Amino acid sequence: MTGDATTIAPAPVGTVDRAGAAGADPLIDVRDLTKVYGEGATAIRALRGVSLVVRRGEFVAIMGPSGSGKSTFMHLLGCLDRPTSGSYRLAGREVSRLSRDELALVRNRQIGFVFQSFNLLARTTAQENVELPLLYAGVPRDTRVARARELLQQVGLGDRLGHRPSELSGGQQQRVAIARGLANGAPLLMADEPTGNLDSASSAEIMTLFQHLNRVQGITVVLVTHDMDIAAWSERVATFKDGLIVDDRPSAEAVPSAVREAATRGALTPEVRA
Amino acid sequence: MSLSNLLRIAWQALRRNITRSILTMLGIIIGVGAVITSMAIGAGAQAAVLAQIESLGANLLVVIPGAITTGGVNLGSGSRTTLTLPDVTAIAQTVPEVAGAAPYSQTSAQVVAGGTNWYTVVGGTTPSYTTVRSWAVAQGRFFAQADVDQATKVAVLGATVAQNLFPSGGAVGATVVVKNVPFKVVGVLAAKGQSGFGRDQDDVVMVPMTTLQARLTGQTWVNNIFVSATTPEAVPLVVDATERLLRLRHHLTVSQPDDFSVRNIADIQQVRIATSQTQALLLAGIAVVSLVVGGIGIMNIMLVSVTERTREIGLRMAVGARGRDILLQFLVEALTLACVGGLIGIGMGLLTAQGTSVLGHWPVLVSGFSIVLGFVSSLVVGVVFGFYPAQRAAALDPIVALRYE
Repeated sequence: MTGDATTIAPAPVGTVDRAGAAGADPLIDVRDLTKVYGEGATAIRALRGVSLVVRRGEFVAIMGPSGSGKSTFMHLLGCLDRPTSGSYRLAGREVSRLSRDELALVRNRQIGFVFQSFNLLARTTAQENVELPLLYAGVPRDTRVARARELLQQVGLGDRLGHRPSELSGGQQQRVAIARGLANGAPLLMADEPTGNLDSASSAEIMTLFQHLNRVQGITVVLVTHDMDIAAWSERVATFKDGLIVDDRPSAEAVPSAVREAATRGALTPEVRA
Repeated sequence: MSLSNLLRIAWQALRRNITRSILTMLGIIIGVGAVITSMAIGAGAQAAVLAQIESLGANLLVVIPGAITTGGVNLGSGSRTTLTLPDVTAIAQTVPEVAGAAPYSQTSAQVVAGGTNWYTVVGGTTPSYTTVRSWAVAQGRFFAQADVDQATKVAVLGATVAQNLFPSGGAVGATVVVKNVPFKVVGVLAAKGQSGFGRDQDDVVMVPMTTLQARLTGQTWVNNIFVSATTPEAVPLVVDATERLLRLRHHLTVSQPDDFSVRNIADIQQVRIATSQTQALLLAGIAVVSLVVGGIGIMNIMLVSVTERTREIGLRMAVGARGRDILLQFLVEALTLACVGGLIGIGMGLLTAQGTSVLGHWPVLVSGFSIVLGFVSSLVVGVVFGFYPAQRAAALDPIVALRYE
């Protein structure tokens, strides 16, 4: 990590050439994805044929009211669930028909998760929480410890390695969760309402961190939110309604400029340090 | 995930709820403890009985008189008076495969030696008794055939009697008085300990059979005849031949029943072994029941644990745990519970066995096999009862688990 404060501060959204800097290689390539819960007359069609392409290095916000299908879509993108029909190619590999164990492996190697409620293991240190994906990847202990330490330093918690979640603030807990998401070097970070449980100052910190990871490390970020202020940090906003993507455009167009400027102002004093 | 990591996770999970973990282990502790204790008591009883059979005498049978019926009243086994000293001689001399035969009659009497006295059993027999009962003489000598032939007033003291009448020694050569008849002590028997029925076999004074009959009881018959066969295999043969000989000697016709019975002491002791084995089996039953109850306890707590940690399971799955990783995690946790319980149970079992031996004066014999069995059964319980909860955890849908409140 070599970034300093100036490189971390958000640049005006929309100026990054999405297709250019990140390359044209699609990380996520979803075609006609459907998800139906139940059968017959009571069946619920949560997704009704969604197509979406996300290139490597993009920062996409997924918005939409509750019940619009955005959570279902996140679960499918996160390989936590399998679609009823359609295709999902992740990093060039068709993953929509994989077995449970194969999906677990994909989640372990390709995807980092960040949840609204952090989902850290209680009574377990920050260090051990970050080690968790490495444990399931079969990484030897020494490497695990070193990697977890490095990641925690990267998210600004180098002095909190032995702290348990209950001893950390909400923002700090979420940073541990982000470090955990990065542990296996996954190219994709999926965040489900990552700031839902945080105050605005902590929210800005977390969003700054996401933006930094996206810009500096080229990590693709897909983030679900219902909050326009949070979506303002992204480059692109896809909006769900009734199981379909009804709107997909750069956030510069999707988010009113007044909202964007107000929301991202907090990022001027980021806590991310090398 | 490696075994050491699984063990560490299990250990942390169990330490988190230490009281609950210990309570859960209680069933296993009791079960394994009961396995160790029951096997120790069973093996101890068997060893003790075998030792008693040895002490009775090798390949021993005993002839006891039959019952008589007087005016419709059956006086029970042993009431007949048809066994005689010549019967003993005849058995010893004519029945094949007989190593020796000795008569035995007894009476109870106060035995006086100088200023002290002791109430004991006075037994009459012949010198063959020492070989038939494999009973050695510790001091002096046993009386000789000549003493029997001449009905001399000599006595051999049992170890207990000698100790009580002559606490400072010097029994041999002294005189003891039984029912106003003075006897010269010629020897002291070696200590033999308790009989299979708990009686102190050393609490006895032995005198020549003829002397007992003439001087103390006035009987002309003998109460029992001890017969020793040359080999264990010959015992049934000797029983048979003795029965035929005695029927002949007692002039019994074909229609008349035996006026005696011949018992194989080893058979009687076998019954006692079977009894002690039944007791051990009962304890083993308790052990099995507590192991099952312990297993159900483990299953119950593991199910609670799986429910409590649903979100944790979901998270582990999200970061890459496969079903079998989760299955193993909870199985190892159940196994750890069962194993720790098993180890504590082994300790408790050893303590209980020792306590039974020291406080209850029961013979116990702890075998390595029982310890291995106890530990293995705790492992089996852990796997059998831990599997279902672990399977349930592994089968959870990651999305549902992550959202679980």
